Amino acid sequence: MSEEIKVDKIMDLKGLPCPQPVIKVSKGIKEIQVGQVLEAISTDPGALSDFPAWARTSGNEILKTEQKDGLIKFIIKRVK
Amino acid sequence: MSEVNSGKAVESLKGVTSIDDLARQMGELKKQVENIKPGADDRVSIIAFSGDLDKILAAFIIATGAVAMGMEAVMFFTFWGTPVLRDPKKKAGGKDLMGKMFGFMLPKGRNAIKLSKMNMAGMGTSMMKSLMKKKNVASLDEMLDMAAELGVKIYICEMTMSLMGFKKEEFIDYPNLEYVGVATFLEQAKNSKVQLFI
Repeated sequence: MSEEIKVDKIMDLKGLPCPQPVIKVSKGIKEIQVGQVLEAISTDPGALSDFPAWARTSGNEILKTEQKDGLIKFIIKRVK
Repeated sequence: MSEVNSGKAVESLKGVTSIDDLARQMGELKKQVENIKPGADDRVSIIAFSGDLDKILAAFIIATGAVAMGMEAVMFFTFWGTPVLRDPKKKAGGKDLMGKMFGFMLPKGRNAIKLSKMNMAGMGTSMMKSLMKKKNVASLDEMLDMAAELGVKIYICEMTMSLMGFKKEEFIDYPNLEYVGVATFLEQAKNSKVQLFI
């Protein structure tokens, strides 16, 4: 259950409002290889629905979403 | 039960008398499949008609967001949206009186445009700009840089250019910019999944 996922790149998107988190992540994911994993940390409440929508549209996969102290952490796998 | 089912299957095969018949039907189906037209492209086409700060900002957010989603984005700047793309540092000579007047009356670039509401003689607009800075909302300058980097295509309406007497040399340097007419935009819009008039 609590198996650690190996993260290949971390992006700090704290304090950035819409649309910057999604734009930054769409660029960041291209900097890792297909199959590798990106961790993005955002404070934008809109990101909770925006990141899944972005992942569905761009064909990537969100492995995990965590919320803690106003921080939202996404673990995203590059699929395409 | 199974006997009833197989009875039905035999019934539905009654129209087919031979392999040739089947082949003919297959051929017809194949033709129909070939005639199915491909759907629209994953593209957002935006007409930036208004020259208001709030609306232009929204247009850029949607365009850059679209590219982030893996789509293409095209922006067509026309009428009041056109002067938004003037470069305040550039000057153009050889204008007639009306051209000079439009040039003087209309905003010189993206940093001179105002809110569509609550402008309050410029006070509202500058308050909004400082609030945007405080809240880390990207400014139009940053938006334009982002759009250029992401490959958002910008079209400028030729008709507005000549109507308002604008010259190409007074417009911004942007990697993906073209001066076009309505047909060029419509060709793109026709095959876009999303079309917006802002």
